[in-house]
Amino acid sequence: MEVWFGIAQVAILVVVLALVHRPLGDWMARVFTSAHDTRVERGLYRVVGVDPRAEQTWTVYLRSVLVFSAVGVLALYLLQRTQQFLPYALGLPAVPEGLAFNTAISFVTNTNWQSYSPELTMGYTVQLAGLMVQNFVSAAVGLAVAVALVRGFARRRTGTLGNFWVDVNRAVWRLLLPLSIVSALVLLAGGVVQNFAGFTEVTTIAGQTQTIPGGPVASQEAIKLLGTNGGGFYNVNSAHPFEDPTAWTSLVEVVLLLVIPFSLPRTFGRMVGDVRQGYVILGVMGVLWIAGVAATMAFELQGAGTAPELAGGALEGKEARFGIPLSAIFAASTTGTSTGAVNAMHDSFTAFGGMVPLINMMLGEVAPGGVGSGLYGILVLAVIAVFIAGLLVGRTPEYLGKKIGPREIKLASLYILVTPAIVLAGTALSFAIPGVRADVESTSIWNPGVHGLSEVVYAFTSAANNNGSAFAGLTANTPWFNTALGVAMLLGRFLPIVLVLALAGSLAKQDAVPATAGTLPTHRPLYAGLLTGVAVIVTALTYFPVLALGPLAEGLS
Amino acid sequence: MPSNVRSTARTAWVAVRATAVFTLVLGLGYTGLITGVGALALPAQANGSLIEVDGEPVGSSLIGQSFTDADGAALPEYFQSRPSAAGDGYDGGASSGSNLGPENEDLIAAIGDRQAAISELDGVPADGIPADAVTASGSGLDPHISPEYARLQVPRVAAARGMSEDEVGRLVDEHTVGRDLGVIGSPVVNVLELNLALDGLEG
Repeated sequence: MEVWFGIAQVAILVVVLALVHRPLGDWMARVFTSAHDTRVERGLYRVVGVDPRAEQTWTVYLRSVLVFSAVGVLALYLLQRTQQFLPYALGLPAVPEGLAFNTAISFVTNTNWQSYSPELTMGYTVQLAGLMVQNFVSAAVGLAVAVALVRGFARRRTGTLGNFWVDVNRAVWRLLLPLSIVSALVLLAGGVVQNFAGFTEVTTIAGQTQTIPGGPVASQEAIKLLGTNGGGFYNVNSAHPFEDPTAWTSLVEVVLLLVIPFSLPRTFGRMVGDVRQGYVILGVMGVLWIAGVAATMAFELQGAGTAPELAGGALEGKEARFGIPLSAIFAASTTGTSTGAVNAMHDSFTAFGGMVPLINMMLGEVAPGGVGSGLYGILVLAVIAVFIAGLLVGRTPEYLGKKIGPREIKLASLYILVTPAIVLAGTALSFAIPGVRADVESTSIWNPGVHGLSEVVYAFTSAANNNGSAFAGLTANTPWFNTALGVAMLLGRFLPIVLVLALAGSLAKQDAVPATAGTLPTHRPLYAGLLTGVAVIVTALTYFPVLALGPLAEGLS
Repeated sequence: MPSNVRSTARTAWVAVRATAVFTLVLGLGYTGLITGVGALALPAQANGSLIEVDGEPVGSSLIGQSFTDADGAALPEYFQSRPSAAGDGYDGGASSGSNLGPENEDLIAAIGDRQAAISELDGVPADGIPADAVTASGSGLDPHISPEYARLQVPRVAAARGMSEDEVGRLVDEHTVGRDLGVIGSPVVNVLELNLALDGLEG
């Protein structure tokens, strides 16, 4: 019975996204290709000191990305360290060094991993002038890099990829800000709070005192989801009734976190002049997303495991108003994108139900992925798929008229190796360094046994893929995890960006090669199937051993 | 100065100014706009959907509460909320789930204890108790219980108040909210609103 309500909710999502992705995708293509700057934008470019017509090579584009992000990390670190002097600090002290380091990287890399409990750590000024600003601009950076890669495919014999500052500004002013204003008002109407009241004490009808929190939540909630950021205003994120008050607001939140990633294939198709290429990418993303949702929902409704079977259902860590299907839809969508917001506690999911979100992240978050990062992630896989097809059936490795030569395939291969290397090295080091191991096992791990290993694997997978969700029982506010996860987020964000921009630069230089009888058509279902297979097989080969030690061992024992 | 150092320094200066502009317009302007619209057009929601009785706030319709005495024992005349992992229970300043995994011994023991406690309080067999009654929510602030758990509590509440079960059952039905659009989420009962109605204090 319950499963039919789950299917109906998925159907609503599919219909809404199907209706929206074309106009939004076309709009984004216009945003990033228009030659016209508004008067306000021209004024901003003058203030900031950039020439909007100046084209950048891939190295200059990359330098802009890195320097802008470095300034973001520094600004966010300083804001946290001076919190006690800022207005609306709610009496909270400066954020400690290790935590401020971790959090600054976390929000600039679009991860929004939270080693801390916001109610007890962050005042309103740090939240809105620091964390929320990075919610906008880190998403805009992801979009800019994706657009630069698409230009690499679309352009012929040029050394340039566009202008980073123009791309970021347009992403913020023409896309994220207007969508956020509308979404924030919808969420506000649904009951998400927006005030500066701090904590209010009330006397309950049973005669106890209760603390009611406040905060400018609705404004941050909207961009938290639209920018696939995921950092909660409160500790429990979208499980908190003030972040996600009703079932319908939760479904709206899922739409918000999926809408830009699922619309970008259309943008891609428009920009390379063949919308069919976009449909193939959209199809692959959609199939992987549906599979993740279906699997999570099936495992959670099945409710295997000692505790769920004793209780009569897997409701530990889930809100009554959402129920199991909507919690599963949220979990699979937040990890298929790079969002990491949660409306239920993944740590309390059944062994297999909690494994699917983990696998979603291990796929490299391409179902449908983060804002921008999902598109560039799957395009790199598309390059690999073309190359594999070349090896298998002797087709010339070409994609969108660009030859996939040794340089391109090296960059793409490095891209798919970077994140697993960080995940597995981080997990291994947590248990291999004797002092660290003792601390991880005694302080950080919350659930004993194999589930504890899953908590650590989940943490590094989430950090390196810039997701931000957690098996949240893990105490991550320790010197080891603040440092190691901080480094994992940094490398997991920027090494792939370096490789993607290098790839874009190398593609943009090429002329188009005409399609011949030897060219593999990349706008057909056959290629979509191949691309899906490549994504799944690469992930399975990389991660099967560690999955076998964690969730598989727990679920099968 | 080598030219790449110079151009990186120039880029850094651009980045600093861009960050300042984004902070001002997004951090202050956008937040201010939404706060202003909230205060003017949607003040009840913006301020946390507070419920007042005789002009004093007694809670929020969105935030669950404990209906227990000072020692944490259930007050039989009130419908009971779900177990909570937020602070000492329903601490609005410390939202939290238990984060206990499906094979965790502590969780298995806690579920057994909760079933025994409800079985004793409500005089029902321990194996038919709805799952939401014996599991902690994700937020620790869940304002709702399932209609099944509400109906289970009707005889006890009616007896404690000297009301008929029909009367109390009717109130439960009135406070049962179905799925949004008929399919989204789960049917629920808001515990605070139900208890206020019982007290005849519906604010």
